[in-house]
This record gives sequence, structure tokens and C-alpha cells, in this order.
Amino acid sequence: MALLEIKNVVKRFGDFTAVNNVSLSVEAGEFFTLLGPSGCGKTTLLRMLAGFEQPDSGQIVLDGQDMSRVPPEKRPVHTVFQSYALFPHMTVRQNIAFPLKMAGWDAKKIASQVEELLEDVRLTQFGDRYPHEMSGGQRQRVAIARALVDRPRLLLLDEPLSALDAKLREQMQIELINLQKEVGITFVYVTHDQGEALALSHRIAVMSHGQVEQLDTPETIYSYPRNRFVADFIGQCNVLEAEVVAGNGDGTATIEIKGCGRMRVALRGEVAPGQKGWLALRPEKIKVGRALAVEDGEVHFKGRVNDCLYLGDVTIYLVEVGDGVVIETMLPNSAPGLAKLFDDQDQVEIAWRFDAGSFVTE
Amino acid sequence: MNWVKNNLGKWALSWPPLLYLVLFFLVPTAIMFVAAFRFPGDFGGLAPMYYVEEGRLVWDLTLENFQRLFEEPLYWELFLKSAVYAGVTTLACVAMGYPLAWLIARSPKKYRDLMLLLVILPFWSNFLIRIYAWMIILGPGSAFTHAVNAVVTALGFEPLQLLFTPFAVIVGMVYVHLPFMVLPLYANLEKHDLALLDAAQDLGASAWQRFWKITWPLSLPGVFAGSALVFIPALGMFAIPDILGGTDSIMIGNLIKQQILDTRDWPFGSVLSIMLTAGVLGIALLGALVARGGKRG
Ligand SMILES: Nc1ncnc2c1ncn2[C@@H]1O[C@H](COP(=O)(O)OP(=O)(O)OP(=O)(O)O)[C@@H](O)[C@H]1O
Ligand SMILES: [Mg+2]
Repeated sequence: MALLEIKNVVKRFGDFTAVNNVSLSVEAGEFFTLLGPSGCGKTTLLRMLAGFEQPDSGQIVLDGQDMSRVPPEKRPVHTVFQSYALFPHMTVRQNIAFPLKMAGWDAKKIASQVEELLEDVRLTQFGDRYPHEMSGGQRQRVAIARALVDRPRLLLLDEPLSALDAKLREQMQIELINLQKEVGITFVYVTHDQGEALALSHRIAVMSHGQVEQLDTPETIYSYPRNRFVADFIGQCNVLEAEVVAGNGDGTATIEIKGCGRMRVALRGEVAPGQKGWLALRPEKIKVGRALAVEDGEVHFKGRVNDCLYLGDVTIYLVEVGDGVVIETMLPNSAPGLAKLFDDQDQVEIAWRFDAGSFVTE
Repeated sequence: MNWVKNNLGKWALSWPPLLYLVLFFLVPTAIMFVAAFRFPGDFGGLAPMYYVEEGRLVWDLTLENFQRLFEEPLYWELFLKSAVYAGVTTLACVAMGYPLAWLIARSPKKYRDLMLLLVILPFWSNFLIRIYAWMIILGPGSAFTHAVNAVVTALGFEPLQLLFTPFAVIVGMVYVHLPFMVLPLYANLEKHDLALLDAAQDLGASAWQRFWKITWPLSLPGVFAGSALVFIPALGMFAIPDILGGTDSIMIGNLIKQQILDTRDWPFGSVLSIMLTAGVLGIALLGALVARGGKRG
């Protein structure tokens, strides 16, 4: 059975529904991420897991035990707060020892456990400092050590890296992954940064307006977004208005993109002729060349480069194919030298395999 | 040179208050200090500090005033008793002011100013009038006294006299000084980061532990500030013991006032004042050391 089960949880503030009928389960040892734009209810859901908010309906089950009557201090769940919330009048050691003291451990065991955690987060020589004497990244590590020290069943992290600068954030991401592997504790991680979610997680629940839009592995979410919102929110994506012409019965369908023409697309689910939706297509899945050989199973267009965005490692070419239809493509600048392949107004051909993109609905 | 230039503004702004303090605090203190070593005048006040004998200047100073203080245990008892009164007043103010300040600090923002206004509202009427009001409340004929004594006799005890007792003095002093405890405590509690309490609860602390491990230690600067603002004036208080206290509940302030105004023994009054100031400074120093130690430990 899953470690954590969230069943039909609803939370309202007045007549505003912050979390709307969310159901999901998290396996033991998983690095699980709640991803979504600001205000979509991530923090609210996390606070219900910690016990600071009560669901209006639905159930939260941890380790087979219903949590609805269990107050925060009694749950085997700890939170790493966005502001860290370190106790300013306690040293790093005292901060980390706090949960153990509350649990009534004896002093000797506390001391050795605290030293172990200090080692885990590489802060041994900072043990006697006060939080205000530490850098942001160090405080972050203290907050994590404090929340892990008594081995909770579940660790909740609410945008723990958002206060750090980009370089440090990347470094902390790697440390988080390693730490999670090492301690084997289940993480539920909240972020609005899709790159961070993709990099860290075993599975991601993409949320919007209090609902889970898609719950999958990072690879599946990125490659096969289930609906328009997910396609838009995760990474760069062409989202082209399309209409189903007919299903082909072989797991593909023929769709028509206005101003551009008909094409085959792989399906994940059922569609009906006349159904409206979008073709979601990642820029890096598209081939671009001055002349491309037409291969079997490929969708093929001629077009003209409208704009180039040189980003160093890659260049983004906006290719106009049909009547006002612009498709974003991305090529690595892997050739030696200046490496940029095309210029504005160049005539090019583009192609993608029928299963490179997906047909998504609202 | 640059330093002077950069700090010219600060100097220009700070000399008027500095001058004020020197003129009206340091100079009088110095005069009082010297007065403690002089003889009382024949008709009160001070005798001349020196006289001229055979064309030579002779200082006429003495340690007698101090001797008198050190030889008479009654004065020390009075100091001690005053410290106890002020201490009890301070503790009562902490006990009553802390929940009040906490309540205000945790109220919705729009009500806080109103509540603070209510705390300082008593300052709008005269200090003595408020003390005389307590004289009526604690007097034998008041409804309050009747109610108290109804309970006391129901429990099988003799009826109590409230007015002109140490109890009345403490009640009056707590009443007058309570706002001086509430305001600094409020200023402290209002700044607390409530996420710390969430974090403590999340990490397993009960409500009781959250208070004693987080809120209380973080509010200690406010408690110390409030205690200083209550203890120091309470220690030198004379009006309240005068009005509400009996003959057995006078404080060191009453004795100083009596020496200066009634007996007109200024040198001895000065000695008492100096000892009071020294005592306050000593306690303040001790408090600062304890506070610093608490921060480290
Ligand atoms: N205590 C509350 N009272 C009223 N509304 C609230 C309360 N807490 C949250 N909300 C509302 O619920 C919605 C979801 O809030 P929540 O904090 O869960 O968002 P979030 O996904 O964590 O966003 P962010 O990424 O900005 O932190 C928001 O619109 C917010 O205004
Ligand atoms: Mg949030």
C-alpha cells in the first residue's frame, strides 16, 4: 500500500476553492513533486498534509492511518518552510536537536544523532553558530537537517530553494537528490519551477486551479502532456490549434491544422471526428534543414525562417509554414565555429515523426 | 578631518539634548553628591561647605551622613522592603501585562491601535486623582471591599482591612505601572515571526512547549525593558505609599521625601538618594549581565 494517500480532498476559503477534489498517492521512498503556477493550491495541500489546515472533505491517510484527528505535532511529518523558520535564539546544534528534545530523547542520544545530521549536511564546523551568522544555503541545510533528524515518515518541502540564487540552487538540487537517496525518506516537494521539478522528481503532479492536471514521471509529462495547460506550462512547446478529421484505428488520427494542412498524429486515448484541440509539439523534436529527404511516418513542411534567437548552446528558429502558422524549432549549435545554421528569411524544410507530438484537449 | 566633516550633522543634532542632560541631570547629581558630604544647616538645608580661618580656606566636609546610614539597620530594612515592593510590583506587572500584550499583538491589525489606546487611556487623568480613586475603591465602605469581605467571612475568616496596607500599595503601584510593562512587551511580541511557532509545532512541540521554548525566550528583551520601566520608578515611589499605605508600608522614597522636605536634613536625604541611584545602577548592571549570559547560553 502507498505510504500516503490523498482521497478526494477539498479545501475552501470562503467561497473560493483552493484545493478541488485532489486524489493521489505517494509511495514510500519517492521524491514526489507538486508543480503548478502561483496560487494553484500547492501550499494549501502541503499544509493539510502537515496538519495546519483541515480538509473540508476527503481524507488523508498516512501509513494506513487516517490523519484527520491528528494535530501537526503528533504527525510523523516535518516541513521545510520557504523562510526556513530557524529558531534565532538557538545555535545550529540546538535547532537540529529541537525535535529530538520534544520527543523526549535522552541527552547522549540527542548529541550523537545531531552530530550525524550535521555531517550529512556538511555543517559540522558550524554547529555552534547562530542562524543569523550563516549564509542562505547553509541555513537551508540546517532547516533540512532539523526536519530529518528524527526520521519522519514524510518530509514536506515548500519551495525550499526559491530564496537562493541560480548557481546555488542548482548545487542544492544535486544535494537534495543525494540526501533523499541516502536517507530514503519520502519527500513531497512543492515548486512552481518546472525545470526544478523535472530535475528532482520521481513523479510530478501538475496542478492548476486546485486540481491535478496530470500525474506522471517527468519524462512522460514532458513528452506527452495530457492537456493544453500542461503542454504550455512545462518547457517550451508549440501549441497549434487543430481539429480531428478521423481516427485511423491504429492508435493514430488524422488532424487538420488551419492554414497548414492535414497530418497524422499519435494518440493517447480516444478522439471523435470533429473534435477540437491542439497539437502539442516540442521545438527540439523538429528537424530543420535546407532540403530534407521525406521519410516514412514523417510530417513534412516547407517554410521560411521568420526570426532567430541565438541562445549560445542552442538557436531558436521561428519557421512560418502555412498561412500565419509559425512553428518554433530549436537546434543545438553543435557545429564548430559560429555554428548558427540559418538566417532570417532563409527557405527551409521542417519535419517531425507522427508520434513526436501529441493531440491535446482543454 | 574627514571624520569630523562626515559627522558634523550628527554633532549639530546631538548637542542640544547632550547639553540638556548635562545641565539638568549631571549637574544636579553632582550637587547632590557633594551635598551628601556636607553638614546640615542650622535651620535645615545645607551648612557652608568651607570657612576661612586665619586667612586659610578650610573645607567643612564630613562622612557622618554615611556613618549614620551604615549604623542604623532600620534604613537598610527600608531599602530592602522597597526592593521587595518594587519586585512584587514588577512580577505582578509581568504576570498581568504579558497576557494582555500577547492578546493585543495577536489581535487583527485593525483593532490593535484601539487596544493600545485603551492601555494608555488612564494617563489622560491625573496621577493623584487615580490614586485617590483607589483609596475609595479599597476603602471600608466600597462595594469592592464589601464583596471581598463577604467571601472572606463566608470562608470563616475575620473581615479584612484593605486600605492602608502593603496590599493596597502593591495594587496602586501595579495599576500605575502596568502600561509601562505592556507597551515594550507589545512592541516585542508584535515583531515575532509566527512561522517559528508553526515550525515548532511541526517539529513536535505542544502549545506549552511552543510558549516556553520559542515565544518566552524571544520576548525576554521586552520583559527586561518593561521590568526596568516598572522596577526603577516603583523603587523610588512615595506618593502611593503616602496615600494608600499605612504607617508600616512606607518606602525609601517616603523617607527621602521626609528628610528633604519635612526634616530638611538635606545631606542625609542626599545620601539616601545616592544609595538608591547606586542600587538601581547595580541592579541594571546585573540585569544586563544576566541578559547577555542568557543570549549566549
Ligand atoms: N488562509 C487563507 N485564506 C484565504 N485564502 C487563502 C488562504 N490561504 C490560501 N488562500 C488562497 O488559496 C489559493 C491557493 O493558495 P496557495 O498558497 O496554496 O497557493 P500556492 O500554489 O502555494 O501558490 P504560490 O506558488 O504563490 O505559493 C490562493 O488563491 C490563496 O489566495
Ligand atoms: Mg505556496
